[in-house]
Amino acid sequence: MPITHPSLPVTMPETCDGDILRVRDLKFNYPDGHAALHGVSFQLCEGDKAALVGPNGAGKSTLMLHLNGILEGRGEIEVMGLRLTRDNLPTIRSMVGLVFQNPDDQLFSPTVFEDVAFGPLHMGLPEDEVRVRVTEALAAVRMSAYADRLSHHLSVGEKKRISIATVLSMRPSLLVLDEPSAGLDPRARRTLIHLLRDLPITMLVSTHDMALVKELFPRTIIMDEGRIVADGLTMEILDDEKLLEAHGLERG
Amino acid sequence: MHANLFDRYHHTEGPLHRLEARVKVVLTVAFIVSNALLPDGAWTAFGLGWLLVLAANALSLLGLGFTLKRSLIALPFALAAISSIFSTPGNPLSSFPFLGMELIVTDAGLLRFASILVRSWLSVQAAILLVAVTTFPDLIHALEHLRAPKIITTVIAFLYRYLFVLSDEVIRLLRARQARSATLPPSVSPHFPRKWGERKRGVVWRAKVAGNMVGQLFLRSYERSDRIYNAMLARGYQGQIRTLHPHTLTRRDWTIGALTVLLILSLQLIGR
Repeated sequence: MPITHPSLPVTMPETCDGDILRVRDLKFNYPDGHAALHGVSFQLCEGDKAALVGPNGAGKSTLMLHLNGILEGRGEIEVMGLRLTRDNLPTIRSMVGLVFQNPDDQLFSPTVFEDVAFGPLHMGLPEDEVRVRVTEALAAVRMSAYADRLSHHLSVGEKKRISIATVLSMRPSLLVLDEPSAGLDPRARRTLIHLLRDLPITMLVSTHDMALVKELFPRTIIMDEGRIVADGLTMEILDDEKLLEAHGLERG
Repeated sequence: MHANLFDRYHHTEGPLHRLEARVKVVLTVAFIVSNALLPDGAWTAFGLGWLLVLAANALSLLGLGFTLKRSLIALPFALAAISSIFSTPGNPLSSFPFLGMELIVTDAGLLRFASILVRSWLSVQAAILLVAVTTFPDLIHALEHLRAPKIITTVIAFLYRYLFVLSDEVIRLLRARQARSATLPPSVSPHFPRKWGERKRGVVWRAKVAGNMVGQLFLRSYERSDRIYNAMLARGYQGQIRTLHPHTLTRRDWTIGALTVLLILSLQLIGR
């Protein structure tokens, strides 16, 4: 059964001036010459929750890696009005919380506490503040009891939630998640959906889970072959079956 | 599917578990160094050292024989010292030919060999106990507190974290190989008309598959290290690892530490 939320708060992408994120004509070639992004432009406003969908190899992950300067392409990226350059990378990285798809890549410290503390510590915050933030972030993903656990003893769903906590502790203005629901069982997926719904942060989430898109994200951006091919209200985009079919997507 | 075979930590509420990790590391290292410094044949000191290990075992609440059982695993390594039987000058006891040489067993040589055996056996027990009563992250913190080079503690921390991920990957690869190591049923396969399950693949074939798997594993680890580095960058890593230091030494830690150091020193006095 598809679940619909007719009362979703709808932000209109057309009227957005991009106060959180502005990407203009971003191009990127991989070192082997393969072009991954052919001029991508879009904006995100405060409170936007946008889904980034598209087939494998469309450039979603590549785009996300640009948003806090891990990959450097040609074009312009502005986060909170600050132009991304090499000099302000540390600042940008504290504003954009990027969560990788595989939690085993995201969680690299022996204990959960250390992993969640990694971001704030490397931002140069004092110890007390780091502790406060770790407690806060773990509470936000409802994993407070897990601080002393070892990452390799956690289930995939638990790892996913801790992964999100590792960037929440940096108090980012923008949360960027790469396929957060991949590999989760229904219950873990449900918990994650509630978590994402309740987080009051601007979000850009790449996913193949169209049911998740419908439930959580008022706005959808479709990418294919390194370009943005559609950007608008989820309700309208999901109704356009021709568009979906053309880019290998299903309504979910 | 989890490989926890590297986890050596055994939880109890014992007093040894509550002792600060730094104290435990220092005491273990001191004990091992002391063993190494004791002269050959210092049997009283060795015996007292063993009593110390037994006492520590008792304090860990893991059982008196806990380290004894596990220490046997290190015995084969002590065989590396076997040459000392023949190479130490002393009174000859007997001799036998070996590969065209005449090997002479001396009394001093035997004494040295036995002492090395006992030393390594005691030291291994101390080390086994250390990792059984201290969680791995605490051990790493302790090393940091003791000013071990940051690069080493960081590498150990990563090694610890990814040993599990890697071994899980190995298990998956092995399963995938098993699942595809099929044979035809005996009736349809004229070349192998034996009973089910009898056919063994050749060594070359297996070596080839193993080689491919090692290559796979290397590539996967290499790519993973790239992704981990990216994840670190994304969270503000700028080339310098920082950690919190959440451990404090209490009066109890100091007292126990000082007393045990005194005990170890007196071992030295007795042994000399």
